[in-house]
Amino acid sequence: MTDWRPPLALIGAWLGLLALLALTVTLAYVPLGAGNAVVALTIGTIKAGLVATIFMELWHRRGLTLVFAGAGLFWLGILLYLGSMDFLTRT
Amino acid sequence: MMSDTNYLTTDFTLRSWFLTTDHKRIAILYFASLIVFFFIGGAAATLIRIELATPQADLVSSDVYNRLFTMHGIIMVWFFLIPSIPNTLGNFIVPLMIGARDLAFPRLNLMSWYIFMLGGCTTLFAIFAGGVDTGWTFYTPFSTLYSNSYVIVAAAGVFIAGFSSILTGLNFIVTIHRLRAPGLTWYRLPLFLWSLYATSVILVLATPVLAITLLLMATERFFGVGIFDPRIGGDPLLFQHLFWFYSHPAVYIMILPGMGVINELISCFSRKQVFGYKFVAWCSLAIAAVGFLVWGHHMFVSGQSLVASLVFSFMSFIVAVPSAIKVFNWTATLHKGSIHFDAPMLYALGFIGLFTVGGLTGLFLACLAYDVHATDTYFVVAHFHYIMVGGMVTAYFGGLHYWWPKITGRLYSEYWARTAAVLIFFGFNLTFFPQFILGAEGMPRRYHVYPPEFQVWNVLSSGGATILAVAYLMPLFYLGYSAFFGKRAPANPWDAPGLEWQTSSPPPEHNFTTQPVVTRDPYQYNEAFQAEPQNA
Repeated sequence: MTDWRPPLALIGAWLGLLALLALTVTLAYVPLGAGNAVVALTIGTIKAGLVATIFMELWHRRGLTLVFAGAGLFWLGILLYLGSMDFLTRT
Repeated sequence: MMSDTNYLTTDFTLRSWFLTTDHKRIAILYFASLIVFFFIGGAAATLIRIELATPQADLVSSDVYNRLFTMHGIIMVWFFLIPSIPNTLGNFIVPLMIGARDLAFPRLNLMSWYIFMLGGCTTLFAIFAGGVDTGWTFYTPFSTLYSNSYVIVAAAGVFIAGFSSILTGLNFIVTIHRLRAPGLTWYRLPLFLWSLYATSVILVLATPVLAITLLLMATERFFGVGIFDPRIGGDPLLFQHLFWFYSHPAVYIMILPGMGVINELISCFSRKQVFGYKFVAWCSLAIAAVGFLVWGHHMFVSGQSLVASLVFSFMSFIVAVPSAIKVFNWTATLHKGSIHFDAPMLYALGFIGLFTVGGLTGLFLACLAYDVHATDTYFVVAHFHYIMVGGMVTAYFGGLHYWWPKITGRLYSEYWARTAAVLIFFGFNLTFFPQFILGAEGMPRRYHVYPPEFQVWNVLSSGGATILAVAYLMPLFYLGYSAFFGKRAPANPWDAPGLEWQTSSPPPEHNFTTQPVVTRDPYQYNEAFQAEPQNA
């Protein structure tokens, strides 16, 4: 039985996610006002990008797989857009 | 004729069933499991209707009543309606319909059944260990702050079962894309497959949001993180937004496969092509897409902004258009057809009537002004039962009767099947039509006592429920009997053109002895199949 080792890219992405997690927690305690939310969301987006491109291997994919991944992103946009419409127009 | 070896006779050991990767056997595993869940959910409904036969509390306390309707809702939605057609009929028929040996991921298919059972058993444990009293919607702040019931355990069961849904949806999408027989182009696909494809897209895109919502609920309850509770920085409507972003499309997860079945039945028993095939096919995808844009109509009285309510109201009217197109096209298919009133057709005709009533009353609820009056009344209860039970369950029974000869290799008693179909139609209407009147008159849902002036309609409803219960039990006996003692079914008892009818009944382990090649459109009854249904 051959020894299987995870590709370096996966280990790198995992370490990157841990570093970003540490950064999120640290910056949460820095008083930036509304900037805290912006920083947290930016880091969250980078983390999602790492997961999508490296763990989900979308970087190497073409065609239908990207269409379905894009559909997921589009539907998330619908949730955020229509959901925030309520919050932003409440009187 | 029944072939010598088929998927039922290849091996008789328990191991061969519980470790099978054959889509047909996995469909049977789902079928048996769903019967159990259906009757547990049905038992709760029976107790509810017995309690509501009189205005005062006779049978159960308010606390037990809360647990009964919660149990009924959770079991029926997540452990019967959502998996019913996709996981039983879909699992069995999809590879046969596209001329494949199995689904794209057979092991994933078996894993999805085990995950489903784990989720189901977890939820059943919560229900029988003490029960849940939040209603099937788990609304906060009741579920996060006040309910002392087993709400998180039940939610964990639903969370687990969600993974089963995602795996099944993924399996169907890949199978329909990659494993179609030579010549089976998209516009030659039976409409059942278009419906299941649209359903699968919703399953894959919406179910993760339910999982996230339930996780957030548990996070707030256990760790006090402010997500939904405004006292600690949360938003009380966020839960409803997230929950309905999944749960409204879930209505289409339930009804789209039913619509798919009806296409097959109407076409077969009218001996005609489905009128406007491409319209019906694309309407399935349109319903799946637009169905994601209407969730706020569940929140008109929640404190949601007026702008949002207006947008969601408008979109709710839009989503009715593709559904209406389907109904008109089924009716046009019947026009000048050679109609045979076999049991599956009786279910299909029942579906069209009941679904139409459910759909039209949905338009009442899409109106902002009327919805304020009808919210949380029996009008809503009647409306969604017309869709989910009158529509989906009727279609499930229709599909079950249609493909039963293929699944078991046996013919059932037409007399008893027709009797059950007619009884279900009348029992259903007697149960739920009075609830429209009760709701319009203002009787709220989720109470076990009510003013005496509502008793007449409640007695009628409970009487109808008795008929419905008997009618739902009947197939258990005559189909059960036929599975062992029924006449042997020919390969194609309905003289239908679909690929599933070109292999033996029941099919061999790998479905086809030779790779089928498709050379014509899916519903060519007029040209190739003039014969009468052999089971008529």
